[in-house]
Amino acid sequence: MNRYRRRTLALELAMIAIALVVGFPVYVLVNLAVRPASDTSSPITPTSSPTLDNFTQAWQQGALGGALGNSVLVTVCSVVIVLAVSSAAAYPLARVAARWSRGTYLMFLLGLVLPFQLASLPLYQTMRDMGLLGTPWALVLFYSGLQVPFTVFLYVGFLRALPRDFEDAALIDGCTSLQSFRYVVLPMLKPVTVTALVLNAVAVWNDFFTPLLYLSGSAQQTMPVAIAGFVGQYVTDWNLIFAALVTSILPVLIVYFVLQRSIINGFAGGLRG
Amino acid sequence: MALAPHKQRPDRERSPDAEPAPRVRRARTTPPWWFALPALLLFTFVVLVPSARGLYYAFTDWDGLDPHFSFVGLDNFSDMLRDPDAMQAIGHTLLIAVSITVVQNGLGLLLALGVNTAIKSRNLLRVFLFAPAVITPIVTAYLWRNLLGPDGAVNSLWDAVGLGGLRQDWLGSPRLALWAVVAVIVWQFAGYSMVIFLAGLQSVPKEVHEAAAIDGAGPVRRFWSVTRPLLAPAFTINLMLSIIGGLKLFDQVYALTGGGPGHATDTISTLIYKDAFTLGEFGYSIALAVVLTIIVAVASTGQYLVLSRNERAAS
Repeated sequence: MNRYRRRTLALELAMIAIALVVGFPVYVLVNLAVRPASDTSSPITPTSSPTLDNFTQAWQQGALGGALGNSVLVTVCSVVIVLAVSSAAAYPLARVAARWSRGTYLMFLLGLVLPFQLASLPLYQTMRDMGLLGTPWALVLFYSGLQVPFTVFLYVGFLRALPRDFEDAALIDGCTSLQSFRYVVLPMLKPVTVTALVLNAVAVWNDFFTPLLYLSGSAQQTMPVAIAGFVGQYVTDWNLIFAALVTSILPVLIVYFVLQRSIINGFAGGLRG
Repeated sequence: MALAPHKQRPDRERSPDAEPAPRVRRARTTPPWWFALPALLLFTFVVLVPSARGLYYAFTDWDGLDPHFSFVGLDNFSDMLRDPDAMQAIGHTLLIAVSITVVQNGLGLLLALGVNTAIKSRNLLRVFLFAPAVITPIVTAYLWRNLLGPDGAVNSLWDAVGLGGLRQDWLGSPRLALWAVVAVIVWQFAGYSMVIFLAGLQSVPKEVHEAAAIDGAGPVRRFWSVTRPLLAPAFTINLMLSIIGGLKLFDQVYALTGGGPGHATDTISTLIYKDAFTLGEFGYSIALAVVLTIIVAVASTGQYLVLSRNERAAS
């Protein structure tokens, strides 16, 4: 299995060919994004005189800077809140065998099955009454609740398999529950926190349906909604649209390639059921 | 419960819970209940209460604005049975979910088996093939809307390799559009399935494979009898993710076809959106959401029961 034979070489070439096929759309994306509108050659022919004009134009006309800022704000706030409240909630749920604890955990599990489509329409009305519609805070509030069941589920699964000795020792040494959570439990939760962070950040950053509902008609947009609006406005000006798409993908791909090991492990470590 | 990489898990063996009960009464940490309070409040406000209200609205003729509405019993649901668009959307949703589950995981498994070998580019391939999965789905969908268009890159590619006869209006044809949507999702998420299968494959000890090889088992036999049972947890996660993702599908359909041509690619989720926000039929729209909830609950519970039984049988 470890020897590099002729068959291994054939497999290697086949896999690289597959990767090229998978990468083909990205080549076309970049190729058209740097192409001036006057160039009407086939989309697969390399652009003869590439330009970055589409990018400056897309950035200015699409208000992509503001959308990027909103996306970062919403993602950072939501993920911090979700991780904080979920890890705290998981602590008693994993350690206490009382009825209230099991009942609460079951209720969170129920939340895993409920599709958000059911809650999002009545919640739309509540957000409107609270005056939150059209602001990023509506989204922060929404994700802070929506992502709780899955994140609690991750943390409880991990905590249950974690030895209690350290917490018991901390108790004997006179730690309060809060101190024991902060200084003993939280540091041990680091691996599952990375997984929860990656999965939540990607889910929040990429979500389209919720901001489409809660931000529609306002000047505040997140990246996915700004892109959809941009496509609606420049229907056939694909060179410009592609420049906008590249702009929206770029920050994500940079983060991905820099942190690829943690991110891939985060996805692979997802404990779901 | 399914889990993937072992290095992420704390050591089960050393958990005191696994030992026989200690005779000496020792100090036990009992974290207080209010640790769970903030999460519980957020969850109740954002998920529980609105879902319960949604369930109630499904039995009314509420239009989303008018505070006066009446209870109509099961009318929304019986309307649904007579509504060809709704029935078609439910059919599409099930078809898409099943197709994605089969194709995406089939390809993901093949990719994982290909990458988990002695080839030199395996780390690069893993990073590269997974990359589409982190891109915003709505963005990949707009990209593909252009690629699959009449003058798009896919048709240009057929021309370039002399297969111009395969040119199609992929998204404009009612016969092909649904499969185009499936293909785009598979393109984006096959690498995701691959990564989860890879984590499972890497948990298969090399010695077991070598022992099976010495005993005369060929590669197919080794896959079936050694690898496959140990991949059971990875299968559970992957099938669950793709079937639930497929059932809730909205973004890609919205961006690729908007549910068209006609209603050829409408899913339950796109219909929920249209009925609520373009037709103002909130009650009916939420009734559709209730149907979606039931389908998701049945599918995930059923799948979980079957797969966890297989997992136990395999271990």
